[in-house]
Amino acid sequence: MTATDPQDRILEVREISLSFKGVNAISALSFAVRRGEICALIGPNGAGKSSLLNILNGVYTPDRGEIVFNNRHFRTIDPLEVARRGIGRTFQNNALFHKMTVLENVLTGLARHASSGFLQQAWRLPRARAEEAAHRERAEEILEFLELQSCRDAVVGSLAYGLQKRVELGRALVAAPALLLLDEPMAGMNIEEKAEMSEFVATINRDRGTTVILIEHDIGVVMSLSRHVVVLDYGRKIADGTPAEVQSNPEVIAAYLGAVH
Amino acid sequence: MEFFLETLIGGLLAGTMYSLVAIGFVLIYKASGVFNFAQGSLLLFSTLTFVSLHEAGLPFAAALLVTIVILAGVAVLIERLLLRPLANRSPMALFIMTLGLSFIVEGVAQGVMGAQVHALDLGIDDVPIYLGNIMISQFDLAAAATALVLVGILAVLFNKTRIGLSLRAVADDTRAALSLGINLNRIWQIVWAVAGISGLVAGMLWGARQGVQFALSLVVLKALPVLIIGGFTSIGGAIAGGLIVGAAETLAETYLGPLVGGGLTSWFAYVLAIAFLYIRPAGLFGERAIARV
Repeated sequence: MTATDPQDRILEVREISLSFKGVNAISALSFAVRRGEICALIGPNGAGKSSLLNILNGVYTPDRGEIVFNNRHFRTIDPLEVARRGIGRTFQNNALFHKMTVLENVLTGLARHASSGFLQQAWRLPRARAEEAAHRERAEEILEFLELQSCRDAVVGSLAYGLQKRVELGRALVAAPALLLLDEPMAGMNIEEKAEMSEFVATINRDRGTTVILIEHDIGVVMSLSRHVVVLDYGRKIADGTPAEVQSNPEVIAAYLGAVH
Repeated sequence: MEFFLETLIGGLLAGTMYSLVAIGFVLIYKASGVFNFAQGSLLLFSTLTFVSLHEAGLPFAAALLVTIVILAGVAVLIERLLLRPLANRSPMALFIMTLGLSFIVEGVAQGVMGAQVHALDLGIDDVPIYLGNIMISQFDLAAAATALVLVGILAVLFNKTRIGLSLRAVADDTRAALSLGINLNRIWQIVWAVAGISGLVAGMLWGARQGVQFALSLVVLKALPVLIIGGFTSIGGAIAGGLIVGAAETLAETYLGPLVGGGLTSWFAYVLAIAFLYIRPAGLFGERAIARV
């Protein structure tokens, strides 16, 4: 497959615009993500990155434009349908279920897959039990992969921030999404934690074939992890290419890399 | 001392029924952020439905089953016609909605099934039994046991089933639950139905005591202080709050009643609730509100 083959594109954003009360958050944004790549979305705060993720996730409806995911077109989509079609996400500020254990949090990622009914579950009928066992196995596999077994029964709210981020990744990953949206998965982490998280993301992408869209501020992480970088500034795309191409783009240097945060 | 214990135990047992009503509130509040003022009128509606079916000749179990099915239908209707269209509105708008709902349900229930008082016999003798020298009402004991069983069933439902897991997920972080593909509307329907069933059980127990009538819907006013004391977000808090209110108002009636001319049970719970608002605004087990951005 070549880069221009439309079959190769898992996601295409076409001329998307979004405004809040007359302020443009995103203006006529277009880009495509190839199947199996890690695409980083970078740009200063307020550039529209999280807004875009919220559009892909069905939380916001864009004013104009359309999304093509796996050859299916839509402008607005029900968040339930997003999950059903295989898009998983994590949130910028952790959105874990703080009173549940690590294992339970990961299991919620499979909750929509329950095909046994409420009463079957309540009475623990064979079908419900078999399903539960299968879900548990998948969740355990994720815990093992993310090296979370030792805290599997810990209440998430009591864990260190870096571990919480990992649990959130596991919760999104357990449903085996085709596309994973990660909103600043390394924010607030120290260097060691960032390296670990980068390694997990790279492994997920390589071994599970999961396409990843990553919002990240740490340029070092972005350059080493991603193959494709899209740069936003004030809701517009100012660069789109390989890390090397983007890094040498004068507009990017002016708008982002040189900017003081 | 024996008299004190007797009063205390009687109060605690009566309190379990407050707890049952309060649990319905907590479930709905946690899952949909709605303070459901209509809980009392739904309790009246379901108990009235049960009694009417039973009086029409349906056996106890069949009448109960049909009532539960009707309750589930009402829960689906409420979700479709009210909660879904009004999702994301202000808490005040949702509260007014439930206030309106409570009058509609009450009016329709009495219009269709009549406003007369129905007797309800659950087949439990109200003969006191003696523990040493302490007299305990057998009916109160049976009612408390029923409440305990219901709480046990709810605990299994929420902690051991995957629907329970989804429910806790929605209660904890709705946005995250949606991103995982958890069907919020379905969860709301289930929660309102379950809250309705816990109301039905409470209504049947109260109705057997006082007759099934309009006044049943006023338990909503008793549940309020229970929730303020226990906290709006904790089932354990609802149970504790119910017991505290039950015990406190019975003791107050007995020991303080003669001083103020009696009738304390109708307002003493609110004195406690206001005291709690001073010292523990979130209730015993409630979460302190943290603004979500």
